[in-house]
Amino acid sequence: MADFNQELDASGLNCPLPILRAKKTLNGMEAGEILHVIATDPGSVKDFDAFSKQTGNELMESKEEGGKFHFLIKKN
Amino acid sequence: MDEKKLAIIATKGSLDWAYPPFILASTAAALGYETQIFFTFYGLQLLKKKLELQVTPLGNPGMPMPMGMDKWFPILGMTLPGMQGMMTKMMKQKMKDKGVASVEELRELCQEAEVKLIACQMTVDLFDMDASQFIDGVEYAGAAAFFEFAGQSDICLYI
Repeated sequence: MADFNQELDASGLNCPLPILRAKKTLNGMEAGEILHVIATDPGSVKDFDAFSKQTGNELMESKEEGGKFHFLIKKN
Repeated sequence: MDEKKLAIIATKGSLDWAYPPFILASTAAALGYETQIFFTFYGLQLLKKKLELQVTPLGNPGMPMPMGMDKWFPILGMTLPGMQGMMTKMMKQKMKDKGVASVEELRELCQEAEVKLIACQMTVDLFDMDASQFIDGVEYAGAAAFFEFAGQSDICLYI
Protein backbone atom coordinates (compact mmCIF):
# COMPACT_ATOMS: atom_id res chain seq x y z
CA MET A 1 0.00 0.00 0.00
CA ALA A 2 1.25 3.43 -0.97
CA ASP A 3 2.28 6.05 1.57
CA PHE A 4 -0.34 8.10 3.29
CA ASN A 5 -0.45 11.21 5.48
CA GLN A 6 -3.24 10.28 7.87
CA GLU A 7 -5.01 7.13 8.96
CA LEU A 8 -8.61 6.71 10.08
CA ASP A 9 -9.74 3.46 11.66
CA ALA A 10 -13.49 3.17 11.16
CA SER A 11 -13.61 -0.52 12.09
CA GLY A 12 -16.87 -1.58 13.71
CA LEU A 13 -18.69 1.53 12.52
CA ASN A 14 -21.73 1.23 10.31
CA CYS A 15 -23.21 3.40 7.56
CA PRO A 16 -22.95 6.37 7.30
CA LEU A 17 -20.27 6.85 9.99
CA PRO A 18 -17.19 5.73 7.98
CA ILE A 19 -18.01 8.30 5.27
CA LEU A 20 -18.80 11.05 7.78
CA ARG A 21 -15.60 10.45 9.74
CA ALA A 22 -13.57 10.35 6.52
CA LYS A 23 -15.09 13.63 5.36
CA LYS A 24 -14.32 15.24 8.71
CA THR A 25 -10.72 14.03 8.62
CA LEU A 26 -10.28 15.23 5.02
CA ASN A 27 -11.53 18.67 6.07
CA GLY A 28 -8.48 19.01 8.29
CA MET A 29 -6.02 17.93 5.59
CA GLU A 30 -4.23 19.78 2.77
CA ALA A 31 -4.96 19.26 -0.93
CA GLY A 32 -2.86 16.43 -2.35
CA GLU A 33 -2.52 14.66 1.00
CA ILE A 34 -3.63 11.05 1.27
CA LEU A 35 -5.99 9.53 3.82
CA HIS A 36 -5.97 5.82 4.62
CA VAL A 37 -9.35 4.59 5.84
CA ILE A 38 -9.86 1.17 7.41
CA ALA A 39 -13.44 -0.12 7.64
CA THR A 40 -15.30 -3.35 8.36
CA ASP A 41 -18.67 -2.32 6.89
CA PRO A 42 -19.01 -4.19 3.56
CA GLY A 43 -21.25 -1.38 2.29
CA SER A 44 -18.31 1.01 2.56
CA VAL A 45 -16.76 -0.36 -0.67
CA LYS A 46 -19.50 1.08 -2.86
CA ASP A 47 -19.94 4.09 -0.56
CA PHE A 48 -16.32 5.26 -0.79
CA ASP A 49 -16.43 4.83 -4.55
CA ALA A 50 -19.56 6.99 -4.69
CA PHE A 51 -18.10 9.47 -2.19
CA SER A 52 -15.02 9.99 -4.32
CA LYS A 53 -17.01 10.39 -7.55
CA GLN A 54 -19.28 13.00 -5.98
CA THR A 55 -16.72 14.99 -4.04
CA GLY A 56 -13.82 14.83 -6.51
CA ASN A 57 -11.45 13.38 -3.92
CA GLU A 58 -9.61 10.63 -5.78
CA LEU A 59 -10.02 7.04 -4.58
CA MET A 60 -6.50 5.79 -5.33
CA GLU A 61 -6.94 2.33 -3.92
CA SER A 62 -9.75 0.16 -2.58
CA LYS A 63 -9.05 -3.36 -1.39
CA GLU A 64 -9.95 -6.03 1.10
CA GLU A 65 -7.23 -7.45 3.29
CA GLY A 66 -7.49 -9.59 6.39
CA GLY A 67 -11.27 -9.19 6.57
CA LYS A 68 -11.03 -5.41 6.51
CA PHE A 69 -11.51 -2.86 3.79
CA HIS A 70 -8.79 -0.36 3.01
CA PHE A 71 -9.19 2.86 1.07
CA LEU A 72 -6.65 5.45 -0.02
CA ILE A 73 -8.23 8.81 -0.72
CA LYS A 74 -6.35 11.78 -2.10
CA LYS A 75 -7.79 15.13 -1.08
CA ASN A 76 -8.54 17.40 -4.03
CA MET B 1 -19.74 22.43 -10.02
CA ASP B 2 -22.81 24.09 -8.53
CA GLU B 3 -23.71 23.00 -5.03
CA LYS B 4 -26.56 20.52 -5.09
CA LYS B 5 -29.46 20.89 -2.69
CA LEU B 6 -31.44 18.34 -0.66
CA ALA B 7 -34.74 19.16 1.04
CA ILE B 8 -36.28 16.70 3.51
CA ILE B 9 -39.60 16.80 5.34
CA ALA B 10 -39.46 14.71 8.54
CA THR B 11 -42.91 13.82 9.84
CA LYS B 12 -42.35 10.85 12.12
CA GLY B 13 -41.29 10.75 15.75
CA SER B 14 -40.28 7.17 16.48
CA LEU B 15 -36.79 5.78 17.04
CA ASP B 16 -36.69 3.83 13.78
CA TRP B 17 -38.03 6.70 11.67
CA ALA B 18 -35.60 9.16 13.22
CA TYR B 19 -32.78 7.54 11.27
CA PRO B 20 -33.59 8.17 7.58
CA PRO B 21 -33.69 11.98 7.77
CA PHE B 22 -30.52 12.31 9.85
CA ILE B 23 -28.55 9.64 7.94
CA LEU B 24 -29.44 11.08 4.56
CA ALA B 25 -28.93 14.69 5.61
CA SER B 26 -25.53 14.10 7.21
CA THR B 27 -24.33 12.02 4.27
CA ALA B 28 -25.59 14.55 1.73
CA ALA B 29 -23.77 17.29 3.62
CA ALA B 30 -20.57 15.22 3.49
CA LEU B 31 -21.04 14.91 -0.27
CA GLY B 32 -21.31 18.67 -0.58
CA TYR B 33 -25.07 19.14 -0.69
CA GLU B 34 -26.65 22.15 0.92
CA THR B 35 -29.27 20.44 3.08
CA GLN B 36 -32.39 21.43 5.00
CA ILE B 37 -34.73 19.30 7.07
CA PHE B 38 -38.21 20.63 7.77
CA PHE B 39 -39.69 18.99 10.89
CA THR B 40 -43.45 18.87 11.16
CA PHE B 41 -46.03 17.07 13.29
CA TYR B 42 -44.42 14.09 15.09
CA GLY B 43 -41.11 14.87 13.42
CA LEU B 44 -40.76 17.68 15.99
CA GLN B 45 -39.88 15.02 18.57
CA LEU B 46 -36.53 14.67 16.76
CA LEU B 47 -35.58 18.22 17.72
CA LYS B 48 -36.09 17.89 21.46
CA LYS B 49 -33.10 18.43 23.72
CA LYS B 50 -33.75 15.17 25.47
CA LEU B 51 -34.78 12.57 22.94
CA GLU B 52 -37.22 10.01 24.26
CA LEU B 53 -37.82 8.14 21.04
CA GLN B 54 -39.35 4.69 21.12
CA VAL B 55 -39.99 1.94 18.64
CA THR B 56 -43.25 0.02 18.56
CA PRO B 57 -44.03 -3.37 17.05
CA LEU B 58 -47.71 -2.41 16.94
CA GLY B 59 -49.09 -2.06 13.46
CA ASN B 60 -45.72 -3.02 12.06
CA PRO B 61 -45.76 -6.59 10.75
CA GLY B 62 -42.40 -6.01 9.02
CA MET B 63 -40.50 -5.55 12.26
CA PRO B 64 -38.19 -8.49 12.92
CA MET B 65 -38.80 -9.80 16.43
CA PRO B 66 -36.14 -11.52 18.50
CA MET B 67 -36.55 -15.11 19.67
CA GLY B 68 -39.67 -15.65 17.58
CA MET B 69 -41.60 -13.35 19.87
CA ASP B 70 -44.11 -12.60 17.15
CA LYS B 71 -45.13 -16.29 17.23
CA TRP B 72 -45.44 -16.42 21.01
CA PHE B 73 -47.02 -13.02 21.41
CA PRO B 74 -49.41 -12.25 18.57
CA ILE B 75 -50.71 -8.71 18.12
CA LEU B 76 -52.56 -8.56 21.44
CA GLY B 77 -49.39 -9.55 23.28
CA MET B 78 -47.66 -6.51 21.83
CA THR B 79 -50.11 -4.28 23.68
CA LEU B 80 -48.94 -5.54 27.09
CA PRO B 81 -47.58 -2.80 29.36
CA GLY B 82 -43.83 -2.55 29.09
CA MET B 83 -43.65 -4.21 25.69
CA GLN B 84 -42.80 -0.98 23.84
CA GLY B 85 -40.15 -0.07 26.40
CA MET B 86 -38.61 -3.51 26.09
CA MET B 87 -38.58 -3.41 22.29
CA THR B 88 -36.97 0.03 22.39
CA LYS B 89 -34.29 -1.19 24.75
CA MET B 90 -33.57 -4.22 22.58
CA MET B 91 -33.42 -2.12 19.42
CA LYS B 92 -31.00 0.36 21.00
CA GLN B 93 -28.76 -2.46 22.21
CA LYS B 94 -28.78 -4.07 18.78
CA MET B 95 -27.82 -0.79 17.14
CA LYS B 96 -24.97 -0.33 19.58
CA ASP B 97 -23.72 -3.86 18.91
CA LYS B 98 -23.75 -3.27 15.16
CA GLY B 99 -21.91 0.05 15.29
CA VAL B 100 -24.94 2.07 14.23
CA ALA B 101 -24.74 5.67 15.40
CA SER B 102 -27.22 6.99 17.96
CA VAL B 103 -29.83 9.48 16.78
CA GLU B 104 -28.18 12.12 19.02
CA GLU B 105 -24.82 11.53 17.33
CA LEU B 106 -26.24 11.75 13.81
CA ARG B 107 -28.13 14.90 14.74
CA GLU B 108 -24.94 16.48 16.07
CA LEU B 109 -23.10 15.50 12.89
CA CYS B 110 -25.85 17.19 10.87
CA GLN B 111 -25.47 20.38 12.87
CA GLU B 112 -21.68 20.28 12.56
CA ALA B 113 -22.09 19.94 8.79
CA GLU B 114 -24.40 22.96 8.77
CA VAL B 115 -27.55 21.10 7.85
CA LYS B 116 -30.35 23.58 8.48
CA LEU B 117 -32.97 22.25 10.90
CA ILE B 118 -36.32 23.97 10.60
CA ALA B 119 -39.30 23.42 12.89
CA CYS B 120 -42.78 23.92 11.49
CA GLN B 121 -44.11 26.85 13.51
CA MET B 122 -47.73 25.81 13.07
CA THR B 123 -47.26 22.35 14.57
CA VAL B 124 -45.05 23.72 17.36
CA ASP B 125 -48.04 25.88 18.34
CA LEU B 126 -50.53 23.07 17.75
CA PHE B 127 -48.77 20.77 20.24
CA ASP B 128 -48.13 23.59 22.75
CA MET B 129 -44.41 23.09 22.38
CA ASP B 130 -41.92 25.93 22.62
CA ALA B 131 -38.38 26.71 21.59
CA SER B 132 -36.99 25.99 25.08
CA GLN B 133 -37.69 22.27 24.53
CA PHE B 134 -35.65 22.16 21.36
CA ILE B 135 -31.92 22.07 20.72
CA ASP B 136 -30.09 25.30 19.86
CA GLY B 137 -29.77 26.29 16.24
CA VAL B 138 -33.28 25.33 15.19
CA GLU B 139 -35.08 27.81 12.95
CA TYR B 140 -38.85 28.30 12.86
CA ALA B 141 -40.77 28.74 9.64
CA GLY B 142 -43.80 27.75 7.61
CA ALA B 143 -44.71 26.06 4.35
CA ALA B 144 -43.81 29.01 2.13
CA ALA B 145 -40.30 29.13 3.57
CA PHE B 146 -39.93 25.41 2.90
CA PHE B 147 -40.86 25.88 -0.75
CA GLU B 148 -38.36 28.66 -1.18
CA PHE B 149 -35.60 26.11 -0.62
CA ALA B 150 -37.38 22.97 -1.86
CA GLY B 151 -38.24 24.69 -5.13
CA GLN B 152 -34.55 24.97 -5.93
CA SER B 153 -33.59 21.57 -4.57
CA ASP B 154 -32.25 18.69 -6.69
CA ILE B 155 -33.73 16.09 -4.35
CA CYS B 156 -36.80 16.45 -2.17
CA LEU B 157 -37.87 13.70 0.24
CA TYR B 158 -40.93 13.24 2.40
CA ILE B 159 -40.18 10.94 5.30
